[in-house]
Amino acid sequence: MRQDLDVEGCALREGAPGDAVCGVVPTRVAVPTDTDSLAGVMAAAHRRGLSVTVRGAGTALDWGRPPRSLDLLVDVSALSWIDHNAGDLVVEVGAGTPVAELYAALAAAGQRLSYDPVRAGGTVGGALATGVSGPRRLLSGALRDLVIGMTVVRADGVVARSGGRVVKNVAGYDLAKLHTGGFGTLGVIASVAFRLHPLPESLRVVSARVSSRSRAEQALAALRGTTVVPSAVELDWPAEGAGRLDVVLEGTPDGLDARVEAAARALAPRGRDGDPAVAEELPEGWGLLPAEGTVALVTAPPAESVAAAAWVGELSGAVDAAAHVRGSASTGSLSVSFPPGTSSERVGLVVDGVRSAGGHPLVLLRAEPHIRAAGIDPWGEVPGLELMRAVKDSFDPGHRLSPGRFAGGI
Amino acid sequence: MATTAPHTPRGSARGSAPGSSSTPGALTGLVPRLLEICGDDGVLTDLSQRRVYESDGLTYHRSTPGVVVMPTSTEQVAAVVRLCAEHGVPYVPRGAGTGLSAGALPHAEGVLLVTSRMRRIIEIDLDNECAVVEPGVANLDITRAAGPHGYYYAPDPSSQQVCSVGGNVAENSGGAHCLKYGFTVNHVRGLEIVTPAGEVVELGGKAPGAHGYDLIGAFVGSEGTLGVATRITVSLTRSPQKTVTLLSAFTSLDAGGEAVSAIISAGVLPSAIEMMDALAIEAAERAVACDYPEGAAAVLVVELDGPAEEVDAQLERVTALCADAGSFETRAASGAEERALIWKGRKSAFAAVGRISPAYIVQDGVVPRTALGEVLGRIAALSAESGVRVANVFHAGDGNLHPLVLFDDAEPGAGERAEAVSGAILDLCIEHGGSITGEHGVGVDKACKMPRMYDDASLETFDLFRRAFDPAGIANPEKLLPTPRLCGERPGVRTGVHPLVESGEAEQF
Repeated sequence: MRQDLDVEGCALREGAPGDAVCGVVPTRVAVPTDTDSLAGVMAAAHRRGLSVTVRGAGTALDWGRPPRSLDLLVDVSALSWIDHNAGDLVVEVGAGTPVAELYAALAAAGQRLSYDPVRAGGTVGGALATGVSGPRRLLSGALRDLVIGMTVVRADGVVARSGGRVVKNVAGYDLAKLHTGGFGTLGVIASVAFRLHPLPESLRVVSARVSSRSRAEQALAALRGTTVVPSAVELDWPAEGAGRLDVVLEGTPDGLDARVEAAARALAPRGRDGDPAVAEELPEGWGLLPAEGTVALVTAPPAESVAAAAWVGELSGAVDAAAHVRGSASTGSLSVSFPPGTSSERVGLVVDGVRSAGGHPLVLLRAEPHIRAAGIDPWGEVPGLELMRAVKDSFDPGHRLSPGRFAGGI
Repeated sequence: MATTAPHTPRGSARGSAPGSSSTPGALTGLVPRLLEICGDDGVLTDLSQRRVYESDGLTYHRSTPGVVVMPTSTEQVAAVVRLCAEHGVPYVPRGAGTGLSAGALPHAEGVLLVTSRMRRIIEIDLDNECAVVEPGVANLDITRAAGPHGYYYAPDPSSQQVCSVGGNVAENSGGAHCLKYGFTVNHVRGLEIVTPAGEVVELGGKAPGAHGYDLIGAFVGSEGTLGVATRITVSLTRSPQKTVTLLSAFTSLDAGGEAVSAIISAGVLPSAIEMMDALAIEAAERAVACDYPEGAAAVLVVELDGPAEEVDAQLERVTALCADAGSFETRAASGAEERALIWKGRKSAFAAVGRISPAYIVQDGVVPRTALGEVLGRIAALSAESGVRVANVFHAGDGNLHPLVLFDDAEPGAGERAEAVSGAILDLCIEHGGSITGEHGVGVDKACKMPRMYDDASLETFDLFRRAFDPAGIANPEKLLPTPRLCGERPGVRTGVHPLVESGEAEQF
């Protein structure tokens, strides 16, 4: 049985409970060392009709829905390499490269990937496959906007490339967009090329307490009226107590003073919530989602961010669900996190309330096992699902790549 | 605006067989149904009217469309496409027809679907910093509508006065300022599309980052092969507090290139860095007397924008970096009129070259920025060896070259020699790890070049994706990917000046 998956450069072992994807233990685990051996093992899995899920550092194996079947877990963490071309502000990396390693290498050259990770300890491939971007997406765009090229191993083991290594390129379809946030259901990301930005010389965080929904909305409207060009505008809306807005400004030390002042004026015009605080560093745990408990992602039109957060607060308060809302107020991308162990009734009421009465799309990024067991639909209604199914059928006609892990049972 | 008639080129053109003045046979049966859908004023069957649409901005490629429809609503677009799907008739979407890759080249046996009558700005939503528009709206009209409120639409292709937002979506248009602000894809939040099956699908909306596969991201830049965008929600960008334009002159192209590298590696992110070489400067001087510093072998146009204090700090650095790289004169302008004066030479360059040469080929290739110096040197060597003059006008900040290969099409063999040089330049781009197109798209023009950039497996994967949307292969067929029928044609040659440029409605970058 084992020989059929033997591929040079790819270790194989039996699956163990520690390899579980949303509770599903794989029969076997393959650890390819490069794109070739990844392609080899994928081709072998294709010939055998095996279902496959991919993992990097394993920080999001409890995200999404469990796969319907899992014959083979492909661990790409050995595909870890960094090819940085500082002069071109471009980097190409293997999918298994730890995000932290990439950032350290780039910082040493005064550059960065302008993306705030939402999980600690993850790999580049995992960040792409899950596709959730942190606060500074406001200035440079979401992670998908920073990808300029991608190499993917298809379900049948064929290696395909899209994009390239230059920042400007419109040759061919931008297939990387589909794989970013595709949860590995369309192919296995082997490597990716990113556009980079210079590290800003200085950074300031202007933070203000916002004691009510209307105060928060006023502050955001006033901020929109300025030309301070924030890198991030984060709303923190806890289950108890006042909310907070954190505005991140990046630039030159001289240029920042006036911007900080203008942002502070916008946030607290009459100082009713006290004067905004100014810090020179990002707060601890910036942008990270809680490492445990059920976490949802809500998207709202930016002007409705505060209303959406307040609505979650109301729904949550009514059933004592203690949901904590955080996210990018200016892009309308909000996370809702529940304390570990929150009951499925409570989570379900908040989820339904946001989707139906709130009218905002909500996806459960991580649903605790008892939430999954209760049958709450993690994806909800996703517009364009029929087209998505058609794309899936084209790339993975046998539905062997993480079957069922994505929207609509894809 | 889509009705500007392309002029007749002196060179040979390929196209549908002349002589038939009525709609091709297979389509005749569809015409009454099309008339029902789009109304009497929404269907063109007369040969002379159809001929108006025989090419887009790349006038070398010509083909008279079988029939032209000009729907006014999503429902009409969907009904037309459904009819095409039912009968297996190909259709080609067209916006304003300013594209430079023959992406809107009509199908002689098909329907040309022109969106020029769908030109309502449905909403400017300042609270959500976005606009909702129909596909025929001109790019610049969004900025015109948002401008008084302190906002603008960032993608600024050079034809922005006339090119349509729908066309921008199809081509993922950039512009001089995409160095800092990105391309169309970075600014589209929502699309209503009509699929090649004729179904209307809503993707995204005012909230950025729709869940599920990022179909919007993949649709933008798909050159009309995945469907027709009938309603588009785009982000609006806050107008910067301050904008400064610099003009810096160098005695060599190398020195100019060095300045570009120095600016980028210093961590400055200008909104645009444009470069012109001596021949392009000479042409621009003759055409518009732009008064660039005398004796310049290269000029850089650098634009900085943002909060005033940041711009001031950057201005100082960029000026110093240019001087270090050997600039002999740098001018800075912050007033709108003064800035326009600096841009005048740059913006007129393409049309200007049309005046110093009877014909030219415009190339669009990309190289890594660090390879700019070497590639420009190789282009100069190519030009010297072949005796074919090449003017360089380009987006230096992102390595997007637009060499203009000059020739006299009255001279036997000159066109072929120019084509050889133009092709060799593209080869240089590929050789240096670049791209065969930075912003003009693949269309018909470069479909046969795709195998130079992508291997068979990658091309086949592109086709898998295309078939997911269009299994019947009726949406803008024979574009974007190589086909046996297509490949064997000659690359595109431009003769004279594009009519929109001639009439001052558009510039070509």
